[in-house]
Amino acid sequence: MELKAVGTAGTLESSDVMITIEPTKSGGIDLSLESSVINQYGRQIKAQVLDSLKRLGVENAKVIVNDHGALDCTIKARVECAYYRGCQCDVDGTYPWGGVIR
Amino acid sequence: MSIPRPKPEKFRLRRTMMFMNAQKPGLIKDAYIYGADSIMLDLEDAVAENQKDSARFSLYHALKEIDYGDTEVIVRINGLDTPHWKEDIRVVVAGGADGIRIAKTESAQDVKTVDAAVTEAEKEFGVEVGRTLLMAAVESPKGVLNAYEICTASPRLFGVAISGGDYRKCMQVKVIPGGIEMLAARGHLLVAARAAGVQCFDTVFTNINDDEGFRAEVKQNVEMGFDGKSLVNPRQINIVHEMLAPTPKEIAEAEKIVRAYREHAAEGVGVFTIEGGKMIDIAFVPGAERVIKLAKASGIYEGDL
Repeated sequence: MELKAVGTAGTLESSDVMITIEPTKSGGIDLSLESSVINQYGRQIKAQVLDSLKRLGVENAKVIVNDHGALDCTIKARVECAYYRGCQCDVDGTYPWGGVIR
Repeated sequence: MSIPRPKPEKFRLRRTMMFMNAQKPGLIKDAYIYGADSIMLDLEDAVAENQKDSARFSLYHALKEIDYGDTEVIVRINGLDTPHWKEDIRVVVAGGADGIRIAKTESAQDVKTVDAAVTEAEKEFGVEVGRTLLMAAVESPKGVLNAYEICTASPRLFGVAISGGDYRKCMQVKVIPGGIEMLAARGHLLVAARAAGVQCFDTVFTNINDDEGFRAEVKQNVEMGFDGKSLVNPRQINIVHEMLAPTPKEIAEAEKIVRAYREHAAEGVGVFTIEGGKMIDIAFVPGAERVIKLAKASGIYEGDL
């Protein structure tokens, strides 16, 4: 499965994070992060986003992360959702829960 | 990271079952601190149609990573008339929730359909078959009339809940103080649930600023024999717990019955009298044990049973 279009998930509410993933041809992951807790958790948020992208097999993409204090479990959920939305495939009935989604 | 939840207990105490939008991270991360017996993470009405996918990802990671402690975790899945329910079941089972609330249940077949999909998902994700419990929300006159067959449709099913919003719409009635408009549905569902040996839960009370009205409804629920109530606001939890708590007199009587029964049973005596001349046999014991359990859960039991 491959990213075909821009995928976005999440909101700008407190405890949430909004993630936008735009497919690119090359250049690896270009990640930009804005966060209300960037000084305390900036590196951890980036690492969490990169980790999820790697699991999902995304190698090249422009990724915008706008965080308002999301927990790790929310960051993962939003990255995965943005990715699946960008893939534009009907995966109902076959989401890999516990596989690449974990 | 992820600690699997213990095997769910089919007939646990469920005085308060609180709805929470599975899509809202701010809500689900501390859902358990309010002290409800069960939380119901909602994939159905609280989640907009274009966020159904997103809510499942949130739900999966919340189930895997948040420690809900002793709070039971139920997930309300989308109706069988939607394209969402099958994937909802997969994520609930994969995430290891304790149970599923089936929305808009109208027949035994609805329960069996969900049961079969849950079994399939348990096999797919390596979960013990039979682990995931079910409850059925009855929201229509047809569901009320079919209550007994719904209550007996699956060994996974621990109870039924009447859901007032849709039911009132079908009956062309509005919310009436005193609940005359819901009387037949509540009564019928209770009789069916007791006949089937499962639990029965009342509908939500949505006017969160009307404490007096809420208390009156809970009082009626207790008098009618409901096990608990679906809730929409954490403020309502303590009110229900307080109103369901047994009185000191009830606790004292329950203790007498349980103690006397144990003593007499050891001697091989089945019927006996307790102080005050009340005749007791085994039929009184489950009720008395339930009183003690309620007293313990309410934090007011000081005895040693």
